[in-house]
Amino acid sequence: MKTTSTSLSVDGVHVWRGDRHVLRGLSFSVGSGQLLHVVGSNGAGKTTLLRVVCGLIAPEEGQVMWEGSNIRSDRSAYQSNIAFAAHEAALKADLTALENLRFAVGLRRTVSVDELMASMRRTGAEGYADLPARALSAGQKRRVAMARVLACDAPLWLLDEPFSNLDSAGVEVISALIDEHVRRGGSAVVVAHHGLVRRAGATQLALDE
Amino acid sequence: MNVSTAGAVQIIIRRELRLSFRRPDQLIQPLMFFLIVTTLFPLALSPQLSVLRDIAPGVLWVGALLSSLLAVEGMFRADADDGTLEQLVLSGHSLTVIVIAKTCAHWLLSGVALVLVAPVMAAALSVPAESFWLIMASLALGTLTLSWLGAIGAALTVGLKRGSVMLSLIVLPLAMPLLIFGASATDRAIHGDSAAGPLYLLGALCLFTSTLAPFAASAALRITME
Repeated sequence: MKTTSTSLSVDGVHVWRGDRHVLRGLSFSVGSGQLLHVVGSNGAGKTTLLRVVCGLIAPEEGQVMWEGSNIRSDRSAYQSNIAFAAHEAALKADLTALENLRFAVGLRRTVSVDELMASMRRTGAEGYADLPARALSAGQKRRVAMARVLACDAPLWLLDEPFSNLDSAGVEVISALIDEHVRRGGSAVVVAHHGLVRRAGATQLALDE
Repeated sequence: MNVSTAGAVQIIIRRELRLSFRRPDQLIQPLMFFLIVTTLFPLALSPQLSVLRDIAPGVLWVGALLSSLLAVEGMFRADADDGTLEQLVLSGHSLTVIVIAKTCAHWLLSGVALVLVAPVMAAALSVPAESFWLIMASLALGTLTLSWLGAIGAALTVGLKRGSVMLSLIVLPLAMPLLIFGASATDRAIHGDSAAGPLYLLGALCLFTSTLAPFAASAALRITME
């Protein structure tokens, strides 16, 4: 994994969605080896915040910086440093779990089937690598999506409800993966309703509606 | 990032082809539409060979235009609905490159198929066989241009629930010059005249849309994704 000592910083970000002022001057930073746990009620703007950090939404005010530069200066280069797991698993129903990973990760880096299988093994998804995504349950899709995050080998993980639809064993597995990523010097911003991001150094950011 | 732009284009095209072959209905439907539309005209007008030959350019081109439009609607929608479009955007490659790859894949799947089927329909409309190559060449340029125009329309309407009507309203007016020059090239080919003029104009339109449409479509896509 590529690791850097510099960090992600969000500085005075304001976002409106229609008439609603969703993010009001939000500022925080996440360094190498740090985890930010974002909590808040429904509609508080957690997913919007992740999309702003991804560069999918341009904030009306404020800026998102990566390694000291505004992400808008070279959005594609910045985005190659992030692994994003949205609320949807983002899998093509007609492709197998392995094919989904091969195309998604293959766009970012040259990757072998063995590496992808290793990622799936670590998330407990290796048993259904050859099944089409349409045949998978929501929890199985979530495990495949986390295998994609793992295989992307990106320094910054942005995870939107990574524990949803998972059984207790799955929650343990994904929590451990996040912990390990952070321990190895990666950064993570995790939106989770549950207080399951247990790492001692985790910072919590509460968003209010 | 260690995947080149050419490598990324290749991966996206391979992905689109594989998806399409897993769901062949999406590949076949526009083709069937083309076949049915071109068959309906002789039934409605006249089965006389001379009449069929006269209406063949218009029938072939209107059929190709409408069936291309049918195929183009899903260019970005399926990816937007299942979240994979976001993953493509976040892959670290320029959105313009992604649009180019998806449009090329779309043309390979819908445009090339139409070009290959066109001689069959042209023969059914009593078009002389010696003009088939010219008709295929003009349709190849025309369907590629339609794919580029369709990419802009599809990108603009990807966030709309009933985007197909809006897509038609955006693309059809832009496709009018294409219909005029395409039908003119086909008509000249059928009558044994030189079709160089309208073919050059079709080529110019194709070049024009190939250079501008990827930027327009990627800008539209970025706006609709917000």
